[in-house]
Amino acid sequence: MYVYDEHDRKLALERVEQFRDQTQRALAGELSEEEFLPLRLQNGLYVQRLAPMLRICVPYGMLRSDQLRRLARITRDYDKGYAHFTTRTNVQLNWPRIEDVPDILAELAEVEMHANQTSGNCIRNTTTDPFSGVQADEVADPRPYCEIIRQWSTFHPEFAFLPRKFKIAMNASERTDRAAIQVHDIGLQLVRNDQGELGFRVHVGGGLGRTPMIGPVIREFLPEADLLTYLEAILRVYNRYGRRDNKFKARIKILVKALTPEGFAEKVETEWQHIKDSPTRLTPEAIEHYRSYFTEPAYETLPDASELLAQQRFENREFDQWVAHNVDAHKRPGYAIVTLTLKKTGIPPGDVSDAQLEHIADLADEFSFGEVRSTHEQNLVLADVRQDRLLELWQRLRPLGFATPNLNTLTDVICCPGGDYCALANAKSIPVAEAIQRRFDDLDYLYDLGKIDLNISGCMNACGHHHVGNIGILGVDKKGEEFYQISLGGNSHHNASIGKILGPSFAQEDIPEVIAKIIDVYVEQRTEEETFLDTYQRIGIDPFKERVYA
Amino acid sequence: MPKIVTADGGIREDHWVVVPHPAEGESLALPTQPALIPVRLWLAGREHYAGREDIGVWFDSHEEPEMLADRVNELPLIAVNFPKFSDGRGYSIARLLRERFGYRNELRAIGDVLLDQLQFMKRCGFDTYALRPDKDFSKAARCLNFFSLAYQAATDTDLPLFRRRLA
Repeated sequence: MYVYDEHDRKLALERVEQFRDQTQRALAGELSEEEFLPLRLQNGLYVQRLAPMLRICVPYGMLRSDQLRRLARITRDYDKGYAHFTTRTNVQLNWPRIEDVPDILAELAEVEMHANQTSGNCIRNTTTDPFSGVQADEVADPRPYCEIIRQWSTFHPEFAFLPRKFKIAMNASERTDRAAIQVHDIGLQLVRNDQGELGFRVHVGGGLGRTPMIGPVIREFLPEADLLTYLEAILRVYNRYGRRDNKFKARIKILVKALTPEGFAEKVETEWQHIKDSPTRLTPEAIEHYRSYFTEPAYETLPDASELLAQQRFENREFDQWVAHNVDAHKRPGYAIVTLTLKKTGIPPGDVSDAQLEHIADLADEFSFGEVRSTHEQNLVLADVRQDRLLELWQRLRPLGFATPNLNTLTDVICCPGGDYCALANAKSIPVAEAIQRRFDDLDYLYDLGKIDLNISGCMNACGHHHVGNIGILGVDKKGEEFYQISLGGNSHHNASIGKILGPSFAQEDIPEVIAKIIDVYVEQRTEEETFLDTYQRIGIDPFKERVYA
Repeated sequence: MPKIVTADGGIREDHWVVVPHPAEGESLALPTQPALIPVRLWLAGREHYAGREDIGVWFDSHEEPEMLADRVNELPLIAVNFPKFSDGRGYSIARLLRERFGYRNELRAIGDVLLDQLQFMKRCGFDTYALRPDKDFSKAARCLNFFSLAYQAATDTDLPLFRRRLA
């Protein structure tokens, strides 16, 4: 994991003092509300429906146990004792006081954390695969590049006032995409060319929101050394030519569409030719420097614990289910990747209490070299657990509520905070998630249904990524009342796709039954091997429509 | 006398007047003081204005620095307008004028210029700032100097931190 050097520390502290000064001037009335807005947003501070909300950055999802403990303490001292993990792998506090925020930032800086650029029209936190560095099939570890991007984008003087927010995601696996790169402003896929050299396939102009789009490829192979200069070229073209007259048409996807991907790529290429050999071009030594922070932990040489696990799973059915759903293969023999699901029915998806944060920190120290990763599905990952200790870990996780073995099932819902918290929302989302989780509480049935992504957003801003849910639910406002529109067939993985709207929207109380009807159609029509998405792609939307609106 | 902020946070009196685009059908009326005129009009009447130490130009945020290109150093002063402080195009314009076209003379930010944007302006090559008159000029120096270093290269720093770290 990246560790600050004296430069990073200095910048972090200087930033805290800057924001303290800005907050004081805002509270003293020297800054108008409009003037303070982008300053506080670029420090992650929103003013919400009930209270301010502070979004703390978790760069590419990596957290150390000391950072979790500090977060726990902050939620206790400055908030109501819980935190919320977001779909951009960040952490939100829902009840801080504006005047306390500089002190919170100072506490965060002590453990190498910050809230820089977690909101506002600037370059946001780069996200990546939570299994980075521990899966067998990745092209290379993406995290050194994510850190390189983090540093380049932090306080970038040219790109602090873009037309709109800007999100970059990176994926390194050849087989799967756990970072949903095709629905980001820039999606970077690590690849090797025919000569075996590392580089990126560059997607630009994907996104959710009001105009969902899959990001087209504008460059098939970008050598790794050119990463920053090429990003700078893309951002400069966007900063200069992106629309600023209409907030809803200001994302880069609209510009890419207007110019066509080819036209956009040409503009970027022209700009890039001017700057590609500038000192911003990465050197092999620089890449090596960042790579040196993401070395392997002190793994022991172990055999796979296959027999022991088979025995334990045979003896304990619930453990067996948990291993089947929440444990993934690790590149090292004898180790496993464990996902802690923050999706227990009755608790808003992604919410954790201060005590739970501390328990997770302890478990990370005991079982996984003191590190935790947060995922865009709002779960947490212990990436380096010994297979022969899985049973022990499961026994510890169960009373904490993190062993719900529903990973990737229908009830592993992605859900934004919605109308309960967010000032932008048209409708509540958390109660909808809970109602669905209650309706589908039979785990055997869930396993039989297999992998289904169900995503809920409380408004068009799509923080819950409803467009790319196999089943998507969107809160809409109809004459002051909350309704929900359903879409089917979205997919955030390789060959990403945007869901199709099923038809007229529904009242909140009807949603569990509507979902049940959709699931029934799938169960009746599927062939043995088909996932929900496969069946949908084969039979289309009409059979679902007929059943639901019958 | 109007005041402007300099890159070191100093405050100086200033005589330059920004001349707006003349209304339809009217011609440009030059004041007696040194004048910043719309860049398009300067280009249109270049043989008339070139070499004059009291005539500079201003860009609006949608205008492209490419239109001046190699002629930049014929001007004693170029200004870039920020119609709203949240319009970030001026930062790209400044960097292009400095880094691509090699502009060496004074580069000034005009328009909705506020204290908290000065640091970005300075890094992108602006060296004077027509701070909005209702703002506290005495705080400019502090706002320009919150940071003692930066991660990325820009007009003010050739080398990004990753190169300086390993030097």
